[in-house]
Amino acid sequence: MAKLKPRYRRLGWIFAGLAVLGVAAALVLNAFRSNLVFFYTPTQIAAKEAPQGHPFRVGGLVEAGSLAREPNSLTVRFRVTDTAQTIPVTFTGLLPDLFKEGKGVVAQGTLGADGVFHASEVLAKHDENYMPPEAADAVKKAHDGMTMKSLVTTKGGS
Amino acid sequence: MIPELGHFALILALLVAIAQGTLPMAGAALDKPRLMGLARPAARAQFILVAVAFVCLAASFVGNDFSVQNVAANSNSELPLHYRIAATWGSHEGSLLLWVLMLTGWTFAVTFFSRNLPQALLARVISVMGLVSVGFLAFLLFTSNPFDRLIPPAPEGRDLNPLLQDPGMVIHPPMLYMGYVGFSVAFSFAIAALIGGRLDATWARWSRPWTTVAWAFLTIGIALGSGWAYYTLGWGGWWFWDPVENASFMPWLTGTALIHSLAVTEKRGAFKSWTVLLAILAFSLSLLGTFLVRSGVLTSVHAFATDPARGVFILAFLAIVVGGSLALFAWRAGKVGLGGGFDVFSRESALLANNILLIVAMASVLLGTLYPLFLDALNLGKISVGPPYFDAVFYPLLAPAVFLMGIGPIARWSRAPLPELAVRLKWALAVAVVTAVALPFVLGRWTPLVALGLFLALWIVASSAANLWQRLAGSHQRGLMAKLAANSPSYYGMLVAHLGVAVFIVGVTLVKGYEREQDVRMPIGESVAAGGYEFKFLGVTPGPGPNYRAVTGTVEVRKDGRLIETLRPEKRIYNASGQTMTIAAIATELTGDRYVSLGEPLSNDDISGAWGVRIYIKPFVDWIWMGAFLMALGGLFAVSDRRYRLVTKRKVAVAAEPAATVAAAE
Repeated sequence: MAKLKPRYRRLGWIFAGLAVLGVAAALVLNAFRSNLVFFYTPTQIAAKEAPQGHPFRVGGLVEAGSLAREPNSLTVRFRVTDTAQTIPVTFTGLLPDLFKEGKGVVAQGTLGADGVFHASEVLAKHDENYMPPEAADAVKKAHDGMTMKSLVTTKGGS
Repeated sequence: MIPELGHFALILALLVAIAQGTLPMAGAALDKPRLMGLARPAARAQFILVAVAFVCLAASFVGNDFSVQNVAANSNSELPLHYRIAATWGSHEGSLLLWVLMLTGWTFAVTFFSRNLPQALLARVISVMGLVSVGFLAFLLFTSNPFDRLIPPAPEGRDLNPLLQDPGMVIHPPMLYMGYVGFSVAFSFAIAALIGGRLDATWARWSRPWTTVAWAFLTIGIALGSGWAYYTLGWGGWWFWDPVENASFMPWLTGTALIHSLAVTEKRGAFKSWTVLLAILAFSLSLLGTFLVRSGVLTSVHAFATDPARGVFILAFLAIVVGGSLALFAWRAGKVGLGGGFDVFSRESALLANNILLIVAMASVLLGTLYPLFLDALNLGKISVGPPYFDAVFYPLLAPAVFLMGIGPIARWSRAPLPELAVRLKWALAVAVVTAVALPFVLGRWTPLVALGLFLALWIVASSAANLWQRLAGSHQRGLMAKLAANSPSYYGMLVAHLGVAVFIVGVTLVKGYEREQDVRMPIGESVAAGGYEFKFLGVTPGPGPNYRAVTGTVEVRKDGRLIETLRPEKRIYNASGQTMTIAAIATELTGDRYVSLGEPLSNDDISGAWGVRIYIKPFVDWIWMGAFLMALGGLFAVSDRRYRLVTKRKVAVAAEPAATVAAAE
């Protein structure tokens, strides 16, 4: 073992490198399969494109006047809109600083059979540099006054 | 007037940079000493000009000159002085100016700490740095001029983002950029060596201290950013695998691989091509990080497409630098040679394996960071790759690399038979395994991940101790002090840095394994128990700040009925922007933090109603940053080694001797 020819040894290292890459690829694929979170707009959800029971993200604006608290708990209800469709959301926990009615929001969670989105996490716009990309896009689309039609055309392969 | 002066200085700096980037390079090619001699004065002049521009911008911020667009957009007359100074690099334009200042500063340092470098090599190094600077200065002047005037002037500034109004954020960007940009020195050395076709142990010895210093700064910069996120974002997290964080972490991983690979190249003349490739990669990733953070592509790839000037410029620049240097590498690497041979079980092997693991881990981070951008850019749907992906991929790849940290330093160069390694490490291994299995029981709950994390940390500590012990025992010196002094500072630097990794792992493991988190609704006078402590909410009081209004909560913390501290978390609303900020109250102990932050008022009455309150128990969380600072300290220790200074005094031919012996051995 000690005196392998340099060429074989180099081949050995290349194989070792490939093995590590293989393991990494397996880890990546496995992680991708179980941990990728897709993003849907309320319009896509209304069109029944979003999966039920599997976590995904929804983004848009918090509809003005829709925020309601349940007494004696941290549960809140609000509606997220992309100006074409809205979806009711419930969340138990503390909302981020910049969560405001009329402002952009991204929620991650699952869609219940009752059509209510149960958020496990709520992200709001923090500032230009710390905004979750989906929120930015959803807000932008909404701000640009994108119509339902153009939103449908951007649904892509999701 | 001051902004125009700064603008003018920047234009001059660009002209000097163009001269610096071309003439000494041409001089080296044509063997014209006078052209090569321009390198030093040009680099120094460029640094002074950029420094003048930077001071001018800072003066505009300090003087509240709202006729400068950048000042109007990022400052406010109510902003305290130190934050007005920090606001100089709080914006896109200002931070790029800081980038260039750092780059020219590093070049400036190279002109001083390189007295006995061969003239052609120095000329090429400084030229390459000049060319990088040309790119950034052109970017600043043509797409992001920090001195643009606003006509008519704004009556008042829009304010610095409140998130950045924090002492940690004042020093985080300069530290981070020192690190990012510092890799440009190793990069320039690599490119210069490729062009010159001479790449040997001397080259590695010159590159090493620069790379290590840059790496140490980057380590501190990342740690500061992480600490800042921990206490200002109010979520108690210290790392989010956010693309902005990944952008700084990828150069760090590559830089870590580079300093280890440079060690092999210096000591054994091996891995030469690989080392050069890593130097190129580390700086390319720094550029990529700048692109990701500064082009707006993270906020939205489509925003990038609607205002493409900046993004396209950086992307083109990135393509030229990365593509050009890789092409040069492909063309010249054959000349560089592979270097000395070594056995399958040897220190070289351990370091090479560590390098492969670090780079693959880096690639997994890169994939997770860029994949959503690609999908989005191609309109294939929007996805997010969150912490679960990175946790699932990154930790399994890095755990073996950490295990190798115990073996590498103790293994001999060239040949380290397995039985000998086993004899030298068996006690360290036994101690680490037994303690790691037993300790989680003492800490509370036994989980495999906690045991594994503790094992890795203890393994590093125990094997380092074994390493030091065997060195001292094998030393011919008499007396402990003499034995200790016989080892080089770079050896101790290595030990300290590795110890830092162990401390870091302890922090990560215990905070991940045992942290408690409670979001609770708290009416005034209500108590909540968490982690053996009792938290009692006594309500909030309003009060003014220098440029914000604050609501301060009072939370008493009791253990076994005894009051141990009163925490005062704050909620601030900044006057200029109306933005809300959460300031957590944190009680720090060596064994962990108690962290309280205010959520939101849960009734219409902010002052006497109930609040949502976030209570965290974070065991050993500060070890994460302590570990990072130990790593950086180890790096600085290593650089203080006398041999880096001696080599500049010795003649080049003599210093090249290790490479020659290795070549002969082959």
